[in-house]
Amino acid sequence: MNQLLAQYPNEIEKILAKYPADRKRSAVTPLLYLAQRAEGYLSARSLLDIAEICEISVTDVASIVGFYTLYYDQPLGRYHIQVCTDLPCALRGAEKFLAQLCEQLGVQVGVVTPDGLFVIEEVKCLAACHRAPMFQVQGDGEMVYHENQTIETALAVIEALRQKVLQMKGVVG
Amino acid sequence: MSVPMILRHHDIPDLDQLAVYREFGGFEAFRKVVATLKPGDVIQQVKDSGLRGRGGAGFPTGMKWSFCPNDLWPHYVVANADESEPGTFKDREILESNPFQFLEGLMIAAYAVQANVAYIYLRGEFWQIGLQLDKKIAELEQAGLLGDNLLNSGYNLRLYTHMGAGAYICGEETALLESLEGFLGQPRLRPPFPAVAGLYASPTVINNVETLANLPPILLNGPAWYRDFGTDKSPGMKIFCLSGCINSPGNYELPLGTTFRDLIYEYGGGIPEGRAVKGIMAAGASSYVIPVDEQVLDTPMDYESLVKLGASLGSASVIVLDETVNMAWLAHKTTDFFKHESCGKCTPCREGTYWMAHIYKRIETGKANPEDIDLLNSVARQIQNKCMCALGEFAIQPVLSTIQTFRTDYLKRIERRETMVEGRES
Repeated sequence: MNQLLAQYPNEIEKILAKYPADRKRSAVTPLLYLAQRAEGYLSARSLLDIAEICEISVTDVASIVGFYTLYYDQPLGRYHIQVCTDLPCALRGAEKFLAQLCEQLGVQVGVVTPDGLFVIEEVKCLAACHRAPMFQVQGDGEMVYHENQTIETALAVIEALRQKVLQMKGVVG
Repeated sequence: MSVPMILRHHDIPDLDQLAVYREFGGFEAFRKVVATLKPGDVIQQVKDSGLRGRGGAGFPTGMKWSFCPNDLWPHYVVANADESEPGTFKDREILESNPFQFLEGLMIAAYAVQANVAYIYLRGEFWQIGLQLDKKIAELEQAGLLGDNLLNSGYNLRLYTHMGAGAYICGEETALLESLEGFLGQPRLRPPFPAVAGLYASPTVINNVETLANLPPILLNGPAWYRDFGTDKSPGMKIFCLSGCINSPGNYELPLGTTFRDLIYEYGGGIPEGRAVKGIMAAGASSYVIPVDEQVLDTPMDYESLVKLGASLGSASVIVLDETVNMAWLAHKTTDFFKHESCGKCTPCREGTYWMAHIYKRIETGKANPEDIDLLNSVARQIQNKCMCALGEFAIQPVLSTIQTFRTDYLKRIERRETMVEGRES
């Protein structure tokens, strides 16, 4: 039984409709995003489901996951705080910004905060060079830009996400 | 002459709304093209306009279209919205603020080569833009501007977005096609060129977002009008992405042939604290670093003049470097980028960028000696002309040019003569 197909039948139908019927493999990248949406990472099970839908081997699906940077094959914090430190951003203070952010959250790049919510990542150009320091938040199936940041505004963004999670927990529990 | 052709949202509020876009002439060009012009006439008009691809290579757009053979079907058009070059952020502004002009341009290109399906390949990080475009496409379907038998012409067209997933290399057009087909984003050997065997082995035109956004004004006003802007060999307006050591970074739409001096001082507000310009990267991270003097500042920014400086205009991503920037630090930054983004297919690029990054790290941590500069130069030369795509060539531009012109910056780092904070000498 294909769990992904059972969970998102309409969305998968819409994705497959974009490509010729004999080119289902094109759907592999959008399907990986779909599978990653709920948990924030791709389980071995979802790779098998995608392989079946796209009619390719699970090894092929796994190679795609390994090649592209926006897919995660293990849980690594709910929100990825992705700070660009490429040349134009660095010239506008992005390296210092990243160091301060790590210091304030008490974690190093790539290490998840103790509450399991955040991981800071140093990433490559996000096409926002004129509004550095900047970062993108990847999480909950979305990617959102935050530009012209100071350490204060960045911490406010992070705190708002923390509150959002607490509220959701409150509703559930 | 200068007039905004693409960044019109600076003057027109809410241009991203269909009603507003139509109020200001939106989709008149598409209507004119579909109702009155044959596909071959559209290609001829774009050829006559002299429009050159805005993604970096500067290839004549009309000529690119004309390579699609008329005995092989179907044809596809793919919009390249994988904007990822450090220093480049123009396509993002077009997609966010004037999306319908881009979509109209894509529809004109599709009609010109009689494609019934066109894809928009967006870098994964443009997630929000992808969601917005899906809504805009649905609006156009509702309005009868996309779908079957458009304007009673018998022509059918559908547009689809496709999100990439984090890979600079997918901006290279054959790697983009591989990615769109569900494979690793690695370049293909050419020939065959995409115009003959592209997406799903069918004839395919791939155009940059800004290139496509130029089409509605060209088709509406005619090639002669377009040629009134820019220079003879580089006609039209161009969006210059200005970043780095500059008071007012941003996108500036100016005629091709505008000088560096005007861009930096008139539009960009000059350099913070009145410092001097030491170098310019005109094509983002993949630039030859131009050492700056008064004469360089007066160089017109067009495709030909930059080549005369040993550089290239690329996508016109102008990164300004002031006198405090250490060029060895700079080349370390760009090398780290290309090392991360090398797709791994060609050995010289994959291994060469790795080793160059290794040597730069040694320089930064005080473990290098002056001979390492020649070693860097030698590794870079061994990447040159040995790879399937341009990424390897891009990677060595900042390395070779900074070693050639700013060797003392390397020696300063190696001998630890200056303390440095974030690449700035103090």
